[in-house]
Amino acid sequence: MCPNNANLTQEEFIAYYKKKKVMITFYRILIFIVFFGVWELTTQLKIIDSFIFSSPSRIIKTFISMTGDGSIFYHVGITLAETILSFFLVLLLGILIAIVLWWNSSVASVIEPYLVVLNSLPKTALAPILIVWLGNNVKTIIVCAISLAIFTTIINLYNSFTNVEEDKILLIKTLGGHKKDILLKVILPSSFSAIVSSIKVNIGLCLVGVIIGAGVK
Amino acid sequence: MNQLLKLTEINFSYHTLSGETKVLNNVSFEVNSNEFVGIIGPSGSGKSTILSLIFGLLVPDEGEVQMNNQTSVGYMLQKDHLLEWRSVYKNITLGLEINKQLTNEKEELIEQMLSDYGLSGFKDAKPSQLSGGMRQRAALIRTLALQPDLLLLDEPFSSLDYQTRLSVADDIFSILRKEGKSAIMVTHDLSEALSFCDRIIVLSKRPGTIKKNVPIVFSIDNKTPLAARNAPEFRKYFNLLWGELNVSE
Repeated sequence: MCPNNANLTQEEFIAYYKKKKVMITFYRILIFIVFFGVWELTTQLKIIDSFIFSSPSRIIKTFISMTGDGSIFYHVGITLAETILSFFLVLLLGILIAIVLWWNSSVASVIEPYLVVLNSLPKTALAPILIVWLGNNVKTIIVCAISLAIFTTIINLYNSFTNVEEDKILLIKTLGGHKKDILLKVILPSSFSAIVSSIKVNIGLCLVGVIIGAGVK
Repeated sequence: MNQLLKLTEINFSYHTLSGETKVLNNVSFEVNSNEFVGIIGPSGSGKSTILSLIFGLLVPDEGEVQMNNQTSVGYMLQKDHLLEWRSVYKNITLGLEINKQLTNEKEELIEQMLSDYGLSGFKDAKPSQLSGGMRQRAALIRTLALQPDLLLLDEPFSSLDYQTRLSVADDIFSILRKEGKSAIMVTHDLSEALSFCDRIIVLSKRPGTIKKNVPIVFSIDNKTPLAARNAPEFRKYFNLLWGELNVSE
């Protein structure tokens, strides 16, 4: 039974491993079935109101009918396009602003408290106000998504830029390089993993932002 | 011998909010071409600061650093600082890339140095695949690719283990001699300085002043750092400089 047992043979170890994998898959599916089963059952029995809570069967019906007239593809396409657009804008603006802050540490010192405050704003709550400011259009949705993701992106990238080893910067100087060379040869390449991780977080955040924007609209 | 570099009455202080720290006081010395000069002294005596002043990373408060107009200076740091995301070859060409000097001629020069110094099979390797000694040699080629006349070596072997250190010191010594370079080496390892250099400057504790400027002459042919360690005069010089260093404590 115990995999740490020293007398365990290879076959037993493999059998134990496979059994464990099967169990994990089983419980995952079980949770899925129980969750949707309870949801469906409670709406069927009118314990909760399916008008407010919806129900799995209603979702499937809507999905099928929207697939039938093709409108689902239109809506999914729009959401996707908005997400991707705002994602690229966040990435581009985030990297550019982080570079500006790194380039000029005085600007960074002045701006930093504002970034922290802006980042802690309840951006979701701002969505209705954005509609008033920008109108009931795509612009609002994009701005909503960007505002959700941009500040953490700037803060994280700026931190990564400034944490690059001093000696690596000295190396570029000893090779006759200037600030531009330090940025291109050391800062950006060594921040690659920070950029990738902000990409991973941002694609999700932008989708959330787009849905909030579209939902309020 | 023609003079390559001259420092005249250099004074230098570091400034922080909590105050001023004077690190160099009236430092003057000269370096001739084809000469290896060692700078030793207790920590904080401003050894590395002298190199930064010569290279122009820092500007002296008073005094002057004069250099022959044609002299180009290379700087080698304590660690190799090879960039992990670049291949060995790309690391070596970094300086040329920055200075926009990556010509066919230079590439041939690098190829030659790679094969001379036993790295030709590792051109496309990542720095992490190299041993400590190989990394240090790659860093040297990176510096030499810019064809400097004068090399500033800031504790260039101190990150290596003892055995590697002796053999890399030997390698680098013969490479620099063969290429006809001059060098200023900063170290806190007395015997390393003694085995490597033609002249040794002893700095006092902070603020650093020059306590002694000792020419080193060994009665051996074909000096290498390893052979120098066995020269009859080695012990005499060692005791002399050791005495100087400890008086300054």
